[in-house]
Formats: sequence, structure tokens, C-alpha cells
Amino acid sequence: MEGFVFPNEQNVVWTVMIVLYPYITGLVAGAFVVSSLYHLFGRDEIRPVARFSLGAAFVFLLFAPLPLLVHLGHPERAFNIMITPNFSSAMAGFGYIYTAYLLLVGIEIWFIFRDDMIRRADGRGFWRLVARVALLNDLRATEASHATDRRIIRFLAGLGIPMACLLHGYVGFLFGSIKANPWWSTPLMFVIFIFSAIVSGIAVLIFHYMLIARINRWKIDQACVRSLGRFLWGFMIIAVSLEVLEVVSIAYKQSEEWEILARLIEDRLFFSYIILQFLVFSLVPFLLLGLNALFRFRDAVSNAILWIASVMLLVQVLLMRWNVVIGGQLVSKSYRGFTSYMPGVFEREGLAVAVVIFTIPFGLLYVFHRFVPLFPPEAMRPTTPAERPAPSQADLH
Amino acid sequence: MSRPPDDPSDRRRFLRIVVQSAGGFFFAGCLADAEDGGPPAPPGGTAYDWNKFYWAYAVDTDRCIGCGSCMRACRTENLVPEGFYRTWVERYEIDADDKAHVDIALGRSASFDRDALPPAAGRRKAFFVPKLCNHCKNSVCSQVCPVGASYQTKDGVVLVDEQHCVGCAYCVQACPYATRFINPHKHVADKCTFCYHRITVGLPPACVLVCPTKARMYGNLKDRKDELQAILHRRRYMLLKPELGTNPKCYYLGLDLEVV
Repeated sequence: MEGFVFPNEQNVVWTVMIVLYPYITGLVAGAFVVSSLYHLFGRDEIRPVARFSLGAAFVFLLFAPLPLLVHLGHPERAFNIMITPNFSSAMAGFGYIYTAYLLLVGIEIWFIFRDDMIRRADGRGFWRLVARVALLNDLRATEASHATDRRIIRFLAGLGIPMACLLHGYVGFLFGSIKANPWWSTPLMFVIFIFSAIVSGIAVLIFHYMLIARINRWKIDQACVRSLGRFLWGFMIIAVSLEVLEVVSIAYKQSEEWEILARLIEDRLFFSYIILQFLVFSLVPFLLLGLNALFRFRDAVSNAILWIASVMLLVQVLLMRWNVVIGGQLVSKSYRGFTSYMPGVFEREGLAVAVVIFTIPFGLLYVFHRFVPLFPPEAMRPTTPAERPAPSQADLH
Repeated sequence: MSRPPDDPSDRRRFLRIVVQSAGGFFFAGCLADAEDGGPPAPPGGTAYDWNKFYWAYAVDTDRCIGCGSCMRACRTENLVPEGFYRTWVERYEIDADDKAHVDIALGRSASFDRDALPPAAGRRKAFFVPKLCNHCKNSVCSQVCPVGASYQTKDGVVLVDEQHCVGCAYCVQACPYATRFINPHKHVADKCTFCYHRITVGLPPACVLVCPTKARMYGNLKDRKDELQAILHRRRYMLLKPELGTNPKCYYLGLDLEVV
């Protein structure tokens, strides 16, 4: 603590769990946007990760409310938010937006994986039962039904984009609409959250796809990752520009709150905000992705650059969530001082729980893949010299 | 069965029933919440009609001597947990360079630290400011409560339904005056109630009762003869953070610019 803070401000009430929640929903929204790039916008080169991205969006979505439940004082009353919603509250929308989005992603997944589930339903064992329950025991697949499926998938992929923006923009709005907090209160927060979500979503897909391909010795689809890399570069430029713009505009206006916010940035958040979020984890990936987009490196070099940049951007978005959620609470509403926060490791809302919550979706994704393949057959080709295919289209252009 | 096995009408009917019952439950839930009843009549007392009251509060900062009686009384009356405050008193000292030094009476004893401030030699002025929930007319806390557990009563008091609060702490974030906290024992939002259990049976709030200098006042804005109204008509007053549009009902007499 430093300076004068009001007596009830000695504890930070929104902890690392509330840092994790927008981080996870951001991954959901971003991964969904990637899947829609293929299903809706016809970016055929990212077909290798199209199903994977939707699967990732789904498992992260399943776990998005968990940090909130861990944080709630009365998690057993969580459904009050849907039973007795107070519609003047931005937060009251959560139950409906979340449920609607979960349904949408769930249904889209069902249609996309229907053929694979039908194959599973003809097999044996546990997965046969799961597939038959999921399919409501209807195993028919005809040309006409496939055409219908494709139409529905396109529709859902289109509807999903505004829904993803709503799901994540809403989280930004939660913070941006708090007029009591000078660090949060900006209409830009809504937009910043959406773009940083897309950045984190693309980054987690590149990171995870390359990791899986490496572990399984699959050939990485160069056209796919190079395209994702260019999208990542573009979206990160928009996201970081908005983040800078927000602070510059408050600083330039020199309004009442700038005095305390300047101290927050120069002192309290100097390391996590200026050094880490901007100088290291924004500038370096920007240069790396820029180099990779403008120059033609060997595949191995390009892949290494992309992977490192993706990991760094995943950290950048996490840092951004931290600096928003925790940073905003460090400023006393007296504008005269700061409180402090350091998460514990083994407490209820500590780092260990956060790591567990964040890791489970990755494990679940593995189980998902055991059930129905998350990658199309051509993405799972091995790299052994005997089976290495001729250079693809992407390698020739 | 005459119906072919893949007839989809069964499934459709099932889905229709599911959707209809979900809608029904939701609608019934909304209705159940909309019941509008006042607080129960006190046992043995006359019924309290909340349509006849609109509670407000005033603080005369010239009168406060920083004794901390109000804080101790509030803690005792409302079982406020250690380390949290429904009301508190701030001490301001303006030094020779016009710089404000602010601190607060903390702990169970609610006493100020004598050594915490610069020496009296360079002191230009000094004063105390009691703080509490402002019971805003346009209260952000009840606006942002996702479940409607924070609400405004008809007689102008902002309360928390601790049986319904989920403990998300959004109201704690939204209150510009930092008067709310999460009760560490009940895990719900907690705040000043104007001693609602007392004012509705004709007793003053605990802090008002014990204040030795009458720095704290409360009253009914619907009663033309009320003393508080007379004071507000006679004296000049200020609100805390008026620019936020919360319209507080806690009026400050003689407030200094340094106070936020």
C-alpha cells in the first residue's frame, strides 16, 4: 500500500481468477473467428486447423465459467443470474450470452463432426455408445443431408461471429462501463477486448497445432500457418494500436484522473505494462511476424519464428488482462494512493488453481480428438522422408 | 407401431415441450421476483409505511472532532467484521505548501495515529470528514448487481439481500466511494444500511445516536417539518464526486475541495 487508500480497498476483490476468465473467453472468441475464416470466408488454406479451432473454442468455452464459479462468494447461487436477472446490469447478460454461444458452438460442432460420429457409431466400445447418444441414434447420411449440413454450418459460422464479438465484447464492456474506475472506464475497452481476443485465439491455434504436429511428427501445413501468421500480424497491430491509443488519449487530455494513472503506469505497472506488455511481448512479436510476412525464410525458420511469436502473443494478451483487471484495482478511488496484490499459490483463488483450470481444456481437447479426429487426414501426414509428399502449392508460389 | 421408426415428429414434440417448459420456468421466475412488499411491521409496533419516508443523511464537517464513536457504534450495532468498515472518519491536514495529508482512524479502537502527520508548525488547516454509503438516488451498485440482490427501497435506502447475493463483487468495483466490501464470513456484499432496522422503528442510526457534536444527521425528505430539510434549505452543501451523476443522498456541509 502507498499513499491514502479507503479502508475497504485494502483487499483486491477481483483476483487472478478474473484475469483468467476474460483470457479464456478471448481464446474462445478468437478460435471461433479462425474456424469461420474457413467455414464462412472461404480461406481454404486454413482447412487443416478449421475443425481443430472449433474444437478448441468449444472446450475453452466449457471451462470459461469455472474461474467465475471459483471466485463467487456463493457459487451455489450462480443460477440466480439466469433465474432473477437484473437487466440493468451488464453482467446479467452473461448467463444468456454464454448459454446461447455454447449452444451455437455445440450445434455447429455436431454438424461438422456428424460424419465422423456416424463412423464411430458403427464401431465398437465406449465411443460407439457416446456417438450413438450424440447422434440420437440417427445414422443416416445422404448427399441431400450433407448439403443441408453445409448450409447450416455456414449459417452458424456467420451467426457465430457477431455472437463471439458479443461474448467477448461484453467482457470488455463489464470493465469499460465502471465509471468509478479511471483505468477501466473507456468505451474503447469493448473494442480492445475483441481484437486482443482474436490475437490470442489465432496465437493459441498456431502454438497448439505446431506443438501437436511436432509431437506426432506430422508435416506442418506451410500455407496454413503462414496465412495464420499474417492474420496474427494484422490483428495484433490493430489490438496493440488500440491499447496504446487508449492511454495516449487519457494522457493527452490531462484530465483529473491522469495524475494518478500516470503514477500507476510509471510506478506500479512499469514492469508488467511498459516493459513486458509493450516493449517485450508486443514489439518483439510484431517484428518477428513482420519479418516472416515480408521475407521468405526456410520453412523450419519460418515455423520457429511463428511459434515463438505466437507464444509471446499469448503471454502479451495474458499480461494485458492482468494489467487491466489487477491494474485497475490498484488505484484507490481516493485518487491518492495504491493498494497492492500478489496472488498466493495454493489458496482458493491462487495460481495453482488457475493453472489447473487453464490446463484442463487442453486435456479435454485430447479426449475430443480420441473420439473424432480434430484434423483432416491431409494434416496428419507424417514427415518421414519416404512418405514426404511433393512440394505443395503453397511452397511453390 | 404404425409410425415409421425414423419419424421426426416425436423428436419435434419433445423439443417443443422442452422449450415451452424452460420458457414457463423463466417467466414464473420473473413474476416471483416482481412481488412488491414493504418491510415487515415491527413486532408489537405500529406498521411502518415506506411510502411516507425518503431517508437522507447529512454530515457537518465543521463539527466532526474525529473521536471515532460513530465507527465503534457501527461496528457494535451491525457486527461489522474486523478490517472492514461501513463508516469511517478521514483526517485531512493541509501543510504550508498546500499539500494535503490524509489518513484514517483504523482498527477496533477507531483512533488516529498521532505521529502519522507532519508537525503542526507548518499546518494551514485541518479537519475531519466522516464517510459512509451515500445511498445514491442513481446508485451504480444496484444498477450493476447481476441478480438484483443490491436494490433501492421505496424509502430511498440502498440495501443488499444477503440471501440472494452471489458474491461476485461487481458492486464493490462499481461503487465510486468504496463503501462496499465482501463480508469475509457471509461471502456477500456488505455496506451501510442507514441502520434500516432502527430508522424504520423510529430510532436514529447508531452513528447519529452516538455522535457527541451532532456532526452526523439523518432525516426524512418527505416530511416538510423535518429538521434535516430545514438545514439543507438554510446551509450550503456539496456532494461527493457529483460529476459521476450518482446523485448521493448524503449531503456534506462545509466540504473542502481536497475531499473526494
